Amino acid sequence: MGGRGGATPSCLAVPLPADIISTVEFNHTGELLATGDKGGRVVIFQREPESKNAPHSQGEYDVYSTFQSHEPEFDYLKSLEIEEKINKIKWLPQQNAAHSLLSTNDKTIKLWKITERDKRPEGYNLKDEEGKLKDLSTVTSLQVPVLKPMDLMVEVSPRRIFANGHTYHINSISVNSDCETYMSADDLRINLWHLAITDRSFNIVDIKPANMEDLTEVITASEFHPHHCNLFVYSSSKGSLRLCDMRAAALCDKHSKLFEEPEDPSNRSFFSEIISSVSDVKFSHSGRYMLTRDYLTVKVWDLNMEARPIETYQVHDYLRSKLCSLYENDCIFDKFECAWNGSDSVIMTGAYNNFFRMFDRNTKRDVTLEASRESSKPRAVLKPRRVCVGGKRRRDDISVDSLDFTKKILHTAWHPAENIIAIAATNNLYIFQDKVNSDMH
Amino acid sequence: MFARGLKRKCVGHEEDVEGALAGLKTVSSYSLQRQSLLDMSLVKLQLCHMLVEPNLCRSVLIANTVRQIQEEMTQDGTWRAVAPQAAGRAPLDRLVSTEILCRAAWEQEGACPAPGLGDGHTQGPVSDLCPVTSAQAPRHPQSSVWEMDGPRENRGSFHKSLDQIFETLETKNPSCMEELFSDVDSPYYDLDTVLTGMMGGARPGPCEGLEGLAPATPGPSASCKSDLGELDHVVEILVET
Repeated sequence: MGGRGGATPSCLAVPLPADIISTVEFNHTGELLATGDKGGRVVIFQREPESKNAPHSQGEYDVYSTFQSHEPEFDYLKSLEIEEKINKIKWLPQQNAAHSLLSTNDKTIKLWKITERDKRPEGYNLKDEEGKLKDLSTVTSLQVPVLKPMDLMVEVSPRRIFANGHTYHINSISVNSDCETYMSADDLRINLWHLAITDRSFNIVDIKPANMEDLTEVITASEFHPHHCNLFVYSSSKGSLRLCDMRAAALCDKHSKLFEEPEDPSNRSFFSEIISSVSDVKFSHSGRYMLTRDYLTVKVWDLNMEARPIETYQVHDYLRSKLCSLYENDCIFDKFECAWNGSDSVIMTGAYNNFFRMFDRNTKRDVTLEASRESSKPRAVLKPRRVCVGGKRRRDDISVDSLDFTKKILHTAWHPAENIIAIAATNNLYIFQDKVNSDMH
Repeated sequence: MFARGLKRKCVGHEEDVEGALAGLKTVSSYSLQRQSLLDMSLVKLQLCHMLVEPNLCRSVLIANTVRQIQEEMTQDGTWRAVAPQAAGRAPLDRLVSTEILCRAAWEQEGACPAPGLGDGHTQGPVSDLCPVTSAQAPRHPQSSVWEMDGPRENRGSFHKSLDQIFETLETKNPSCMEELFSDVDSPYYDLDTVLTGMMGGARPGPCEGLEGLAPATPGPSASCKSDLGELDHVVEILVET
């Protein structure tokens, strides 16, 4: 990724006309990559196995399956539409030949099973090739039907529909490490479901005040701990994180730990609270750290230290002086996601102008890259970008005022083991691979 | 001795006045910015999609911002009722400056037009007014209070948008505001109270001070007085006397 060793982006730009990608997620092996879009569709990509014969076409992602997950609905009680936009996709750990994933819109979560069929039986005794019953008088001997290869067919079927669990809009789902339960979070409540039971869920967090006039804080994201099936975290619009233990009580309104950074009085403004709102929280693969994203920074928290994050990285601090304008055009409410790499040494998040940022926790170096067809040709090395804030300006620098705020990279994903990243830039998906393990600029 | 008819010049006093004026201008500029932020926030709370449920997180954050501004204005003492004599002049000045500030912010955005995800407004509140229906006829006398001679055409429509907000609250139609938190009986956020307070205390202190120091000018015309009457009428309705 911009290192001296060179990166080879296999730039799979998949145009989804008029359909904006709303979520991106690798499965647990990284073999499959799922995207959800605003039109309620899910597209799954599969990595081609690396061929020894053609070492240069190494493991590219091709479309594996496309299906319509959610349809627009209408809530007749409230006279409001329910958008079909896929908010989140989470893969279940693979337990047999089939793959399973959960996809959710604002109100309903669905469990999808993805199976392959690449063989079909031939040589039935009673039916002919087209399936018509044979004339029994022509059958003189018995044969054992044989499985013959056929063109791969990927079949997707909805196995469970978890509906009517949420009054408010679902913002997160997270599968428990026990592989039996998962949670779904909306603005005010978090529910625990069993994957096999759709007519019942347990409410484990409820922050709705008795009087809605007292509402000042909402849940923005939540996730189960990767190893401890009793622990989960949820973030709030006031910038706090709450780690909860389900063994402590049935209703986890009382947190086990509260992670909150004291406000910096010198930076205080009317926008302080808005920019402190956490838009995404992710446990590290090790389970020891949490990564959070707020409007201007990404922060790494140690589960053992509640007082403040152990690391803070500036994503686009040059926007700090533009907060009023960004409030006026609503960009200040954009929810960016963040991601860890497989070894928890590098963190990544998106920004504006189709830029995304990566921070190396060990070397403390960072890089800004751009996901756009104009700026990168397939198989070319990505060039680091720079935003200049006045002062000396280099040739390819972009000035803050020329940033395109309609081009936002909200959704990014990192392969669980390798240096492969998926970047959703509006309606285009970019997959970048780093074939040579190299340092970042 | 001074010649007859000549006014005495007091140089020292003038300098003091200028310094005080400069200080007050800084203060009032902050107040104006804060006021414009408040106005913008209230308009944002009003604008919402009629078909799709608005984003609760965004609404809560904006409402918290409004509350913060309100609290600060209360502490400043700018959130207090003012003697009627100054009412005619000061609110017009405040609104004029507010519009300039907002216009300046919008012009800056010319380089990067960014329709927000929620409201999708490109030029600010003016172009994306929620089609708020009101049982009352538009108050023409009211709009004359906001209008002023000058090159700034947008001002009237901007303040008309605030006007529509007041009308919405007053007629208590099932408004966008109420649908923000659709499963509750009462509006989560009592805009009435805030706006009442805003109207009641809409004459910031610094503007008053400026007027006290400015050289004497001709008194308000008759039309201003009738406009003032309409303003009081609006205030009365909002505070429900």
